[in-house]
Amino acid sequence: MRSTSARLLGGGALAVSLSLALSACGGGGGSKSSSGGSGSYDKNATIGIGSLYEPQNLDNTGGGGQGVTEALNGNVYEGLFKLTDDGKVENLLATDYKVSPDGLTYTFTLRKGVKFHSGKTLTSADVKYSIEKVRAKDSQSARKSSFDVVKSITTPDADTVKIALSSKSISFVYNLSYVWIINADAKNLKTSEDGTGPYKLDKWTRGSALSLVRFPGYWGTPATNEKVVFHYYKDATALNNALLTNAVDVVTSEQSPDALDQFKNNSNYKVNDGNSTTKLLLAFNDRVKPFNNVEVRKAVTSAIDNKKLLQSVWGDHGTLIGSMVPPTDPWYEDLTKVNPYDVALAKKELAKAGYAKGFSFTLDTPNYDPHPTAATFIKSELAKVGIDVKINIITPDEWYTKVYKNHDFSATLQEHVNDRDIVWYGNPDFYWGYDNKQVTEWVKQAEESDTTEQQTALLKKVNTKIAEDAASDWLYLYPQIVVANTKLSGYPLNGLNSQFYAYDIKKS
Amino acid sequence: MLSYLLRRLAFLVGSLFLASVVLFLLLRLLPGDPANSLLSVGATPEQIEAARHQIGSDRPLPEQFGHWLHQLATFDLGTSFISSLPVGPEITSRLNVTVPLTLLAFLLAVVVAVPVGYVAALRANTRFGTLISGVSQLGIAVPVFWVGMLLITVFALRLGVLPAGGFPQDGWAEPGEALRSLALPVITVALVMSASLIRYVRSAALDVLGSDYLRTARALGSSFTRAMWRHGLRNGAVPVISVLGIELATTLLGAVVVETVFALPGLGSMLAQAVAQHDYPVVQGVLFVSTFAVLVIGFLSDIAQRLVDPRLRGHLASGRMSSGRLSSGRRGAKS
Repeated sequence: MRSTSARLLGGGALAVSLSLALSACGGGGGSKSSSGGSGSYDKNATIGIGSLYEPQNLDNTGGGGQGVTEALNGNVYEGLFKLTDDGKVENLLATDYKVSPDGLTYTFTLRKGVKFHSGKTLTSADVKYSIEKVRAKDSQSARKSSFDVVKSITTPDADTVKIALSSKSISFVYNLSYVWIINADAKNLKTSEDGTGPYKLDKWTRGSALSLVRFPGYWGTPATNEKVVFHYYKDATALNNALLTNAVDVVTSEQSPDALDQFKNNSNYKVNDGNSTTKLLLAFNDRVKPFNNVEVRKAVTSAIDNKKLLQSVWGDHGTLIGSMVPPTDPWYEDLTKVNPYDVALAKKELAKAGYAKGFSFTLDTPNYDPHPTAATFIKSELAKVGIDVKINIITPDEWYTKVYKNHDFSATLQEHVNDRDIVWYGNPDFYWGYDNKQVTEWVKQAEESDTTEQQTALLKKVNTKIAEDAASDWLYLYPQIVVANTKLSGYPLNGLNSQFYAYDIKKS
Repeated sequence: MLSYLLRRLAFLVGSLFLASVVLFLLLRLLPGDPANSLLSVGATPEQIEAARHQIGSDRPLPEQFGHWLHQLATFDLGTSFISSLPVGPEITSRLNVTVPLTLLAFLLAVVVAVPVGYVAALRANTRFGTLISGVSQLGIAVPVFWVGMLLITVFALRLGVLPAGGFPQDGWAEPGEALRSLALPVITVALVMSASLIRYVRSAALDVLGSDYLRTARALGSSFTRAMWRHGLRNGAVPVISVLGIELATTLLGAVVVETVFALPGLGSMLAQAVAQHDYPVVQGVLFVSTFAVLVIGFLSDIAQRLVDPRLRGHLASGRMSSGRLSSGRRGAKS
């Protein structure tokens, strides 16, 4: 209970937000992601999906939260582009796009014959309306600032959208994969919908469940099941019980490591290990003593045995990263060796920094799992090199005000959920205050790159540099564990940014 | 009786008003900004200001309070900060779960506790009586979530006869399904509730058994059963009814634990989430409705006590209790 609601608040809030990233792949082909198929399946099956993330409302620009992305993104609403489960960007409602030689004008061609669930045909006016909805003054979209670069949107004809940018933005197409294309005439989007996706909303019962049914007028390949019902739970145990009693067929994201054994030892269930994008960070305030000293940050990083921490929290699941980049980002590199776990090295670095006898600092720790556990672990690890950690437990709300807004902290723990969020290290005003002119420049150049290769190369440099500077200590990457009944196939494994495409799920 | 009713009604309305003031102020004294829950990391100062303005938390307190009172007067519980959906209909839909859960559990508990408590009193000095007391003591000590998890393990996971949790998406459209979902939560609450009720019934019954009037009635030739039925039951019922009222109110408010264990979309879980998110309109709405319910329960249990016990009724029929006594005293002095 505690960890769940807190995640909704703290982690969940971060989830929908942290990737106002300045990066992208171009459009392109690729196949639909799927965890494999099976021979015969029931075309009229109802799939029960268990989740801890209930939508607040159904409008993703009106504070709908992480849950609304999980349930509606790709299933009910579609974008011009689609972010696949393995992190690629593919054409969806756009069939093609052209970029002007100066990189400032994008011309998109829309797919023909696309109908909204209300029956109206999709036109360029709907696309313009949808992008402007994200940019609107009252928009609560976490993506809002990624569209600051848009100067104007014009609609030369019903199938064409022309967007002029104020500066080059290679992530523009990637960012568009987050914009839902909505019927410009639709009303009451907080409780109803009008999208173009393979499902339309059947019924939403607040506090309990949300169901979607196959949309007969869908332009593309119809869903491989008739109906999906998202069942919402506040408690991980209740969620697991639902799976054990066949009240649901699949759990989108297992948050209770202790519960995994009962599924692993049961041939009726499959425990899938996917790649999440959620990083657990020990974030230093790089502005203030002693963490404004690189040697100190490196020493602290080397003094903590991340592998042991990960194992004690998640057993054999999860990954060590060593920088801000998960394996599903195009610029991933294994950097775990840059600041290895080495107590002797840590002591040497501390001495070099002038803290041979150690020092004392306060660690602001959000009050929900796994932060208090991680804080206690860090305290005992750092005690070995003479550093005294005072743990200060705070609520997500206090964290937001004290740490995020006022930068009033020495070090803190936080989970950063989204993909492509390394670019925050290019912003010296961000809460952790990492300020390296070269990195800021690289991030900017990466965004203004002409090719994705160029962008990838630059962000790899950023990646290495922040690791060398131990800008933060990236403790570990969370596992993404989807547990499902073995009758099920075709469900997404990675669930990037909380999306959960249900249309390929087959039940035998 | 009529003037008593009117006074009780006035008291009810006054209490509700007071409750609304206290609720409003207490919530604003809580640390934390509701706008924080609306936004995410990456929000700009302008977005934060816009969010504040949108929910009205940037306006002066008296103005916010006036707004809340105005809404209450027009039977509108406002709009959630977080979801922007109206609070009233949502509370109604949650009550569709919480009220049946509470009432069914209450009925079951009464049906179990009254005879068991009575037997425990009759056999107070035997081994059987001690056993009942011991078991009920244990029932009070055990936390409700533990009982719930135990029942889930046995009846849902092992035997597979009842669902482990959840509530049908269509609510009471299929009453059978809805009742099946409520079966285990109802039993859980009823078990814990009856444990404490048994003790109250037992001690009330012991009081009656040792009373002069019962002895007198039996001395005048009445059989034990007849004496208990005519005199004992009524006298014993008065304290039990007030305990019942308290138990009912506690269960209504305390349903959050059982609702979480059984993943029920009830009032308690709605409140817990709203508190975490500083969703003032929802917290205010839920607490206001539950305060109302508790006051009504208190009101009804008072009336019930007076219906059962003619002595209480007599006092109140002649106006205020104290003035009634005083005037009769004066009359006595004159004569």
